[in-house]
Amino acid sequence: MTPAGQAVLALLEGVVSGLVLALTALGLSLVFGVMRVVNVAHGDFFMLGAVFAWYVTTATGSFPLALLAAPLAAAAVAVAADRLVLRPIGYAPEPTIVATIGLLYVLQQAVLSVYGPYARPVPEPVAFRVDLPWFGYSGYKLVVAAAAAALLGAAWLLITRTRLGLYMRATQQDREIAQAFGVPVQRVYAAAFGLGAALAALAGVLIVPIRQAHYLMGLDALLLSFMAVIIGGIGSLGGTLAAALFIGLVDGALSVFFSPTLARIAASLVVVAVLVARSGGLREVRG
Amino acid sequence: MREGARAPAGPARPDGRVWALHLGVLGLLALLQAVLPPFHHGMVTRIMLLAAFAAGYNLLLGYTGLMSLGHALLFAAGLYAAGLGVYYGQLAPLPALGAGVAAGLAAAALVGAVALRTTGVAFLIVTLMVAQVGFLTTLHFNRITGGDQGLTLTGRLRPLALGPWHLDLALPAVKYNLALAVLAAGLLLSLWVVRSPLGRVLRAVRENEERVRLLGYDPFRYKLLALVLSGGLAGAAGAGYALLFAYVGSAFADVLYSILPLLWVLVGGAGTTLGPLVGTALMVYVVDVASGLTTAYLFVVGGTLLLLVLWFPQGIVGTARARWWPWLP
Repeated sequence: MTPAGQAVLALLEGVVSGLVLALTALGLSLVFGVMRVVNVAHGDFFMLGAVFAWYVTTATGSFPLALLAAPLAAAAVAVAADRLVLRPIGYAPEPTIVATIGLLYVLQQAVLSVYGPYARPVPEPVAFRVDLPWFGYSGYKLVVAAAAAALLGAAWLLITRTRLGLYMRATQQDREIAQAFGVPVQRVYAAAFGLGAALAALAGVLIVPIRQAHYLMGLDALLLSFMAVIIGGIGSLGGTLAAALFIGLVDGALSVFFSPTLARIAASLVVVAVLVARSGGLREVRG
Repeated sequence: MREGARAPAGPARPDGRVWALHLGVLGLLALLQAVLPPFHHGMVTRIMLLAAFAAGYNLLLGYTGLMSLGHALLFAAGLYAAGLGVYYGQLAPLPALGAGVAAGLAAAALVGAVALRTTGVAFLIVTLMVAQVGFLTTLHFNRITGGDQGLTLTGRLRPLALGPWHLDLALPAVKYNLALAVLAAGLLLSLWVVRSPLGRVLRAVRENEERVRLLGYDPFRYKLLALVLSGGLAGAAGAGYALLFAYVGSAFADVLYSILPLLWVLVGGAGTTLGPLVGTALMVYVVDVASGLTTAYLFVVGGTLLLLVLWFPQGIVGTARARWWPWLP
């Protein structure tokens, strides 16, 4: 393949994975912004989305149904976790981290026990090829990019144009004042946690025809989402989106030219550098 | 040192009682090897090494208030320094152990120089990321490290030279006592740190960093010191693991080995000197029993973390201290 062809391939791969990552990272950022907690189990909601998608498409053959049911199921799990674990411990920062680590292993084990240690694909719901001058590209990947962009737009509308979004933004700015003005903060928390999980699960459903569903697929999603949220700035949804696209492009470009392991090492080091350089980056959660 | 101020209820000499308890625990472990059946002999050997790792983690989490998600890197630094030294450099066991400790100290100093510039959740994420870089590095250089297949050291281990004796590391009794020595180092180091002026500053950093700064101490230096001590213990435990089980592999650099010391310390009680040993012993046995009954051992890890956070935040020794024995360090 010519250098121009490689560059176009890297760009396409980067945009597709960047948009999917943006969806996952938006969920993490939302939870972090509204609830001030780090959800270490976030990557496993992404994994749940992929695994539920495999079950739904295998049982019914309908991918659109999976796109609807998997996020709802993941959100239900998240709301239950909020009610049974996070609310009783009062969302204190460190206990919440320990609790979500616990949740992560419970979810992974549940999937391992029920679904098994397999990596299983879901057939592409739309299969066509786009012929470019250098190579043929999977049409489904372009559909994924478009769907992810549309979902990001919908999430943005939800946050900026609806009452729930207003409540969430108010809680993010000042929880006590919001409560004083009658915002049902407790329910907003549950909604934010559920919505965050649903966004991650949607990304999982979209990705499962490209990458297979496997019970350990959550860790990479978690680390990449952390990267996006950190580089983009905590609680800033636009920043998260830009950072996710940037990471997707850098990751895509690096993986075309180097081994994926080396690309991931470089990306992790960049994130560490950003976090350290901006040592105030996460200061708002210190209390 | 006004030790009495902390334990007003205790009788005249709380110091003697504390030392007696810790030396008694080590003495009991030394005696136990005479009566343990082979299976439990091996289990206790493993527990003692891992408890030294947990004791190091506890210096950071329990006494300094820093939660790291990257201790697998420090354990693996010791593991690989010793293991690769034996595999490629024909290092004798004691120099290999020394190399492991040095690697743990150096890795911790490096992590600290970077990660301690952040606070709170950012510290946690930076340690997680740095450890992930370490894990990926062991995979990337798999021609040297053996990657996730690992390297077997069997047949390459030279006897442990102690003065006139040359002890074969394949003998269970040698393994047991080497592990006991590493645990003793971890336990006594913890006890010494906790009861020294240094330990008081560390606890003060945990309670209120700004106030410590106001009193003229540099919190960064103290946090770095705690992290480096913690890394030395993690390195010693990792090196011991490579020598006693004659294997190194990237599984030990995986994020699970950062979570496990957190789990052990929380089960036993963060901020108690004996908690890490109690927690490690309990969880290693619980996981072993659970693996016999079901393959779902991650449920045990995850479920225990959830139960601890919800209903038992002080851990076993922490609860014992709060309820019955306020003099426990």
